[in-house]
Amino acid sequence: MGSRTPLYELHQKTGAKIVDFAGWDMPLHYGSLLEEHHSVRKDAGLFDVSHMTIVDIIGPDAGAYLRYLLANDVKKLQLGKALYSCMLNEQGGVIDDLIVYFIAHGHYRLIVNSSTREKDLAWLNKHTGHFHISLHAKPELAIIAVQGPNARCKLLQTASFAHMDTIAQLKPFSFLTKDNILIACTGYTGEDGFEIILPAHEAIHLWQECMKQDIKPCGLGARDTLRLEAGLNLYGADMDETTTPLESNLAWTVNWDDAAREFIGKQALITQQAEGINRQLVGLVLEDKGVLRSHQKLIVIEGQGETTSGTFGPTLGQAIALARIPVTNQTQCKVDIRGRLLTARIVKLPFVRKGKILV
Amino acid sequence: MSDIPSELKYTKTHEWVRLDDDGLVTVGITDHAQRLLGDMVFVELPDLMEVKAGDESGVVESVKAASDIYSPITGEIVEVNEVLSETPELINTDPYGDGWLFRMQPGDESDLEELLDADHYTDHVASEKH
Repeated sequence: MGSRTPLYELHQKTGAKIVDFAGWDMPLHYGSLLEEHHSVRKDAGLFDVSHMTIVDIIGPDAGAYLRYLLANDVKKLQLGKALYSCMLNEQGGVIDDLIVYFIAHGHYRLIVNSSTREKDLAWLNKHTGHFHISLHAKPELAIIAVQGPNARCKLLQTASFAHMDTIAQLKPFSFLTKDNILIACTGYTGEDGFEIILPAHEAIHLWQECMKQDIKPCGLGARDTLRLEAGLNLYGADMDETTTPLESNLAWTVNWDDAAREFIGKQALITQQAEGINRQLVGLVLEDKGVLRSHQKLIVIEGQGETTSGTFGPTLGQAIALARIPVTNQTQCKVDIRGRLLTARIVKLPFVRKGKILV
Repeated sequence: MSDIPSELKYTKTHEWVRLDDDGLVTVGITDHAQRLLGDMVFVELPDLMEVKAGDESGVVESVKAASDIYSPITGEIVEVNEVLSETPELINTDPYGDGWLFRMQPGDESDLEELLDADHYTDHVASEKH
């Protein structure tokens, strides 16, 4: 038996197919992955992401500490704003990607991946050094995501959030707190929506309220097809400790504005830029019929590459993948799918954004 | 509980087999298999050719995974269900009907005796769960 979120029994009652994910018993789907995917692109879907790791950083040096640990710069945050960043090792490789929320002076919250929990906590603890801070993991909190073009209006119809104009106005990467609930306009689907961090005992109630508003429960299967169509990386697949943000379509998440800021991995990235970056993460759309998966070899003129994630994109109606390939001007490549060489188009990400196909 | 029609025969690799009036057999994958795999998005149908029992004869792909289909008997594949290239989801909605995969001329009708009946297939499915 794996770890279970506070919503586990609800998922069972709703007919979820439960699978193991990073040691957690999580819903893969509730009947049809394709239907759940389409609900999020066209209406509103509900995700239990309480398996993810929440860590609060508290203390007068919290900002300085995070400016050292993260490749993006928390200095640019105002209260009530969040940002997406990678956390790097000394070689510039990605230890994890995360979102950090600026809750109050001396108080930041990180949400990191569940599969990297132990590694991340060890790393965060290892580098507290001379900073006056304390780290607080928050396993008592649950996270519910509501995503889709109707997520906003449906959430506002729940009893918990009725008449909250402040939520109606919340812009991407902004958040607010109400009692002990944090509502952020963030997500992993490429659609409008929210991620809500709240005490475990309140999560069941909120989930049921959302279902009453006809927000459809969606599992990890749909979460993966949605994020891939949205061109969003999955740590462990699309990047890991052997890849830098510059090779992972995440150069934009590294902030260089303050030349005096030292952060772990900075020198390695500078060296990599000076030597020339010869790999890139791109999108692929399969032209022939088939399905792209991870670890499929591919060929461009400049050499070999490999898919890092792949799936069938339900909104596109075609197989798509993220792939790490040599830097190239080519617009097509050949992918080896079970011994046959099939043609794929090389595209800029994302494939889909706000329900629109862009490739 | 998955549906296991009593009049069909089955393989341990979750194909079903029906002996038709014209002497051909029709082959598909079971309700249990389609539930395990999830929403189908692509089917690679086999070529029209002679196969031995156990030969790889096509692939069904769901969003989650690709799964090889194995010929249940020795014989010749004489027809494939072309409709599945446009609507692979028929395997999910009607695995024993419109979701059929291919039809074969059996090489030797005694191969059919080797297949599992519904009860034995039910036991086999139960034993695979853990």
